[in-house]
Amino acid sequence: VCTSRFWFNYRHVANTLSVYRSVKRLGIPDSHIVLMLADDMACNPRNPKPATVFSHKNMELNVYGDDVEVDYRSYEVTVENFLRVLTGRIPPSTPRSKRLLSDDRSNILIYMTGHGGNGFLKFQDSEEITNVELADAFEQMWQKRRYNELLFIIDTCQGASMYERFYSPNIMALASSQVGEDSLSHQPDLAIGVHLMDRYTFYVLEFLEEIHPASQTNMNDLFQVCPKSLCVSTPGHRTDLFRRDPQKVLITDFFGSVRKVEITTETLSLDRGVAAFESK
Amino acid sequence: AAPVQVQLVVPMAVVFGPGSVPGDLPKPLPFRDVQEMEISVNLRASVTSRYEMRYRSTTAREEAALAAATAREADAALHPLRDTTLGSLTMYVVPETSSLLPQGINVYVGKHRSALVRAGGSLAALQARLREVAQVMSFTASSIAAALSDRVPDGQLSPDARRYLKSSLGYEITFSLLNPDPKSHTVDWDIEGAVNRYVKPVLDKLSLVANFSVDSQILYYAVLGVTPRYDKESSSFLLSAHSLPHVINPVEARLGSSAASLYPVLNFLLYVPERSHSPLYIQDKDGAPVSTNAFHSPRWGGIMVYNVEAPASPQASLPLHVDVDMARVMEVFLAQLRLLFGLSWEEVPSEFLLESPGNEGLADWELDHLLWAHTVENIATVSTTLTSLAQLLDKIGNIVIKDDVASEVYRAVASVQSAVTKLSLGHLHAAFQASKEAVTSSERAFFDPSLLHLLYFPDDQKFAIYIPLFLPMAVPILLSLAKIVRESRQRKKEPTKMD
Repeated sequence: VCTSRFWFNYRHVANTLSVYRSVKRLGIPDSHIVLMLADDMACNPRNPKPATVFSHKNMELNVYGDDVEVDYRSYEVTVENFLRVLTGRIPPSTPRSKRLLSDDRSNILIYMTGHGGNGFLKFQDSEEITNVELADAFEQMWQKRRYNELLFIIDTCQGASMYERFYSPNIMALASSQVGEDSLSHQPDLAIGVHLMDRYTFYVLEFLEEIHPASQTNMNDLFQVCPKSLCVSTPGHRTDLFRRDPQKVLITDFFGSVRKVEITTETLSLDRGVAAFESK
Repeated sequence: AAPVQVQLVVPMAVVFGPGSVPGDLPKPLPFRDVQEMEISVNLRASVTSRYEMRYRSTTAREEAALAAATAREADAALHPLRDTTLGSLTMYVVPETSSLLPQGINVYVGKHRSALVRAGGSLAALQARLREVAQVMSFTASSIAAALSDRVPDGQLSPDARRYLKSSLGYEITFSLLNPDPKSHTVDWDIEGAVNRYVKPVLDKLSLVANFSVDSQILYYAVLGVTPRYDKESSSFLLSAHSLPHVINPVEARLGSSAASLYPVLNFLLYVPERSHSPLYIQDKDGAPVSTNAFHSPRWGGIMVYNVEAPASPQASLPLHVDVDMARVMEVFLAQLRLLFGLSWEEVPSEFLLESPGNEGLADWELDHLLWAHTVENIATVSTTLTSLAQLLDKIGNIVIKDDVASEVYRAVASVQSAVTKLSLGHLHAAFQASKEAVTSSERAFFDPSLLHLLYFPDDQKFAIYIPLFLPMAVPILLSLAKIVRESRQRKKEPTKMD
C-alpha cells in the first residue's frame, strides 16, 4: 500500500512497486496481490520519462514494468477501503481482484509506506489510520481466521509505533525506524528531480533480489537488513506475537509462494461404457 | 471462542444372519443399545458421538440375499431391503466361518450405507469391530478434529489435518488444457463430453454438499516453471518431487478465475509436454516414476502430465494430432477431487474390503462422511462468528445495527440451534441444511459493510471535537447566567432592606 499523493512522494510509489515486483518474481500471482497506489507517478505530467518508475538512480531499474496490476488507485486508496479489504466487510458489488480472499492457511504480507508519525500513518494527505485501528482490524481478521501468519512491514517515519498495539497472534512486524526517528530517503536522481526510494526499502529490495523461489534464507536475515550505518534510522521488529521461531521462518513463506504438494497415487476406476448424461 | 457442544447421533441397525448370533447376548433379539463416546477436541469443544444400535435378526428375504456367492452380490441384493436415510448405517453380521467374505477380510463395506461384518465370537469382540466399522463409515475422532481445526491449538494437530477443502456453499471447478508447444501438437480434448459423461454423475452426487460450477479452457504457450531433467537410463525427462511445488505458481498467473463468484476454485490442469521434453514423468520421493503421472495441491487442485507417443516415423509431419483419452484423464482428476475433499481410504484398517464407488465417484457412506464433517465445521464456524460479532459490538458501544443485520443474526442463531438439535436426533440431512443456512446468515451478518468500526466514533473523540467548539462559547454564557442569578438574588434582598 502506498499512501502518499503528489509528485514529490515519488519514492513511496517506487517503494511499493519494488516490493510488488519482488513478490511477483518470487511466484505470487496478481490474483493474490492487492496493490494500492495513491497516485500515479508513471503517467504523472511531471514525469520526464513517462510510463516508468525508477528505483535506482541513473534509471537502472524500472519497477513499473509491463504487467503491473493496480487494484486500488488514486482516490480509492482510503483508510476505509484499506480496512474494508482487510476485514472483508466489502460491498457485494466489489470484483474479485479487489478483495482479500484469504483463509486460515494463507500467509499474508502487508507492506505500507508513506508519511507517518507516532501512532498513525497518513493517507492521501487528508486522513490517518491509527495503530489502534490497525490492531483492531488485524484482530477482526484473526477472529474470522483470515490469515495463518501475517508479516507487516512499514516504511515511514516512526514506523515502530504502528506495530506497538498489535495483540492478535501470529503477527510479525518490521519497521524502518523507531519512535522518535525519521526514515530517510535514499538517493535523488537529478534527471527526474525527486528522491527515488527510501533507504530501508532500498536495502530490502537489494536483499530480496538475491532470493529465488527455492531459497532457504530466513527471517533473521531480513531483520539484519539496513543497519544503522546505512539507514541512519534504527529498523525495528516485533516477533513476540509470532508462534514460530523467526530463525525457522523462510523468506519465501511470505514473499514467495511454495505450495504443499502431494503425489496422486490413486485413480478412480470408471466404467467407460457409460452413456453420456444429459446436461442440465 | 464459545464452547461448542454437539452430540452426533448415528442410527445403526445390526442384523444377525443365521449362525452368527454370539452366545453372550444380554437380552434376546431384538433389542436396542446405545454406545456413547466422547471425542474431546479441547476444553472448548466437546463432541460426543452416540451410536444408537438396534440389534435384530434377519428377515427371510435378507437371509436369501446373504446366501449369495460373493459379498458384492449380497450387498446389491440387500440394497432395496434396507433403510437408506442419510446418516444411518446397517451392518449385517455373518458367521465367523462364512465364505461370503474372502480370507483375511473381516469387513466388507458396500457402496451404499451397509457393511458385512464377520462375527468375532463374543459380543464384546463383535461390538469392538462394529464400532470400528461405524467410525470408518461416519466420522472418526481425527475427521472431527480436522473439521474443528480452527479451534485446536496448533501444536496438537498434525500438519496434514488442515489440508482438506473447507466447507463452502459452492465450488468452482476449472479444467484447463496446457499446450506449451502448439507447433508440434494439436491437442483435441472432448471436455464437454467427458464432463457430461464422467464428471456430472459425481457432481450430482455431491450436489447435496454444495453447488458446483464447471468451466474449461485451453492455454497455449503455458510452460511449467521448472525445467525437467533428462534421464539417460529411461531416455525420458523427469520432474523430481521437490521441484513440484514450484510448478504451480507460474501457471497460476495465467489461469484466471470467474470474476463474479467468490467460491473457492479447484483447478485441474492437463499438461501436454513439448516435443523436446517428451516423454515427461513425475518422480516420487524415492525416485520411482508415478503411475498416474499426476500430483495435487491441497485446497488448490491437481495437475496431470499427458505424454504423447513419439510418432511412428521420424519424418511425420508436425503438428501431430493428439486425441486425449478423456476417460484416463478423468479417472485421475476425479480421484484428485476425492482427495481434495478428504475422501481417502488411507486410514482404513487392512482387514476391511471396500467396494469401489465406480462412476458415481463416491459411496453413500463417503457422502455421509463429508456431511458429518461439514455440519460440525459449519456449526463451529457459526458459533465463532457470532461470538466475535458480539465481542465487536461490546467494544464499540455506539455501533448501529441495521434491521437486516439483526434479522440475519436471529436467523443464524435459530438455524444453528436447529442444526444441533437435529444432529442429536440423528437427522443428518436436515442438520446439514440447517447448518448451511446458519453459516450463510452468520457470514452475511458479520461481513455486512455497515459494521466497519471506523464509521463509529468512540465517545472520547466526540468530546475532543465538540469541547473546543463549545467551551469558548459557553464561557460568556455561563458568566452572564451567573450575573443574572446574582442580580436577581440582590433584587430580592433589596425590598426587605427598604422596609
